[in-house]
Amino acid sequence: MKTLWTLFFSFFKIGLFTFGGGYAMIPLIERICVDRKNWITHEEMMNITVLAESTPGPIAVNCATYVGLKRKGLAGAVAATVGVVFPSFCILLLISFFFDRFLQIAWVASAFRGIKIAVGILIADAGVRMLRKTPKKALPISVLLCACAAMLAIDFFSLHVSTIVLMLVSAAVSLLVCLAGRRTQKGARK
Amino acid sequence: MIYLQLLIGFLRVGLFSFGGAYAAIPLIREVVLSYGWLSDDKLSYMIAVSESTPGSIIVNLATYIGSAQAGVPGAVLATAAAVLPAFLIVVLLTALFKKAVQSELFHAALDGMKACVTGVILATGAYMILTGCFGSAQGFSADVPAIVLTAALAAVYFGARKVRKNGMSPIVLICLAGAAGVLAYGWR
Repeated sequence: MKTLWTLFFSFFKIGLFTFGGGYAMIPLIERICVDRKNWITHEEMMNITVLAESTPGPIAVNCATYVGLKRKGLAGAVAATVGVVFPSFCILLLISFFFDRFLQIAWVASAFRGIKIAVGILIADAGVRMLRKTPKKALPISVLLCACAAMLAIDFFSLHVSTIVLMLVSAAVSLLVCLAGRRTQKGARK
Repeated sequence: MIYLQLLIGFLRVGLFSFGGAYAAIPLIREVVLSYGWLSDDKLSYMIAVSESTPGSIIVNLATYIGSAQAGVPGAVLATAAAVLPAFLIVVLLTALFKKAVQSELFHAALDGMKACVTGVILATGAYMILTGCFGSAQGFSADVPAIVLTAALAAVYFGARKVRKNGMSPIVLICLAGAAGVLAYGWR
């Protein structure tokens, strides 16, 4: 029981003191879980980061679930996950109660018109960062360009195509190219 | 009924958001707009609020939207729905198919999805900046203060990287943009 509480409170702290979500949380998770508590090794932490990147959902949740599971099984996973989500849940719940009234104040509304522009810049910046990490090979670049063009068309012409469809098609194309590559390799060996 | 929509909407978000918070924004935007939960403007505001409050941005948005649509039960439901796929997948992966994560085919599919998400988020960023400056495709009109603000904020944000190695934190940019907004659009 005591371990469960420690898991909950450690991840509560991580959830409370990291701004900006996702990747911003990884250094603090590492400091608490690897350096201070010795719950997992440094190598496991690296694996978690890779796992979090290749599984869907908030990265903090992926990490919390994994560490909790390692320490204390399913109950530990629940304790850590609830812990990491709980602080932001409470804060946003509070904000939701007064945000609409807050927006009716004239200067606040003006401030948010400016902030909206900053959000556009932040999103474009996130896209550029991901672009830099994309391998400069024919397949990923062409998938990227097609997805970008499709998404612009969807936005500007208000088409009803889900980005999930785009993602599934991209996954299927990459998978097929990979399989085709394997087959030609085998053929070449014969 | 709204509870079912929140559940399905955020399960979709939780299940298909690869690669961090900003990668999930196009999908969240699609879900939120299709159910009419928030306007495009209000969603941008909430992205800024979620970025400036602690915790995961996806969770923050889920809690806010759930609460605004259906009170505390809605907040609990939307947050749980956004978190559940991630939780279950990590549990299943560590328990059952560790090998799958290392397989070449899994990574091929994943790389495809990541390339797709990168394209999608670039398009979303471009769309948001363009519509902010020039209005929508239907009602074209140049918004001069917005164009000036966009140019100035982008110059400051990206210029900061030349001066300091870590550049400017998103929260500082959001505060600057808020102050600039008050100056540009008036305080009464």
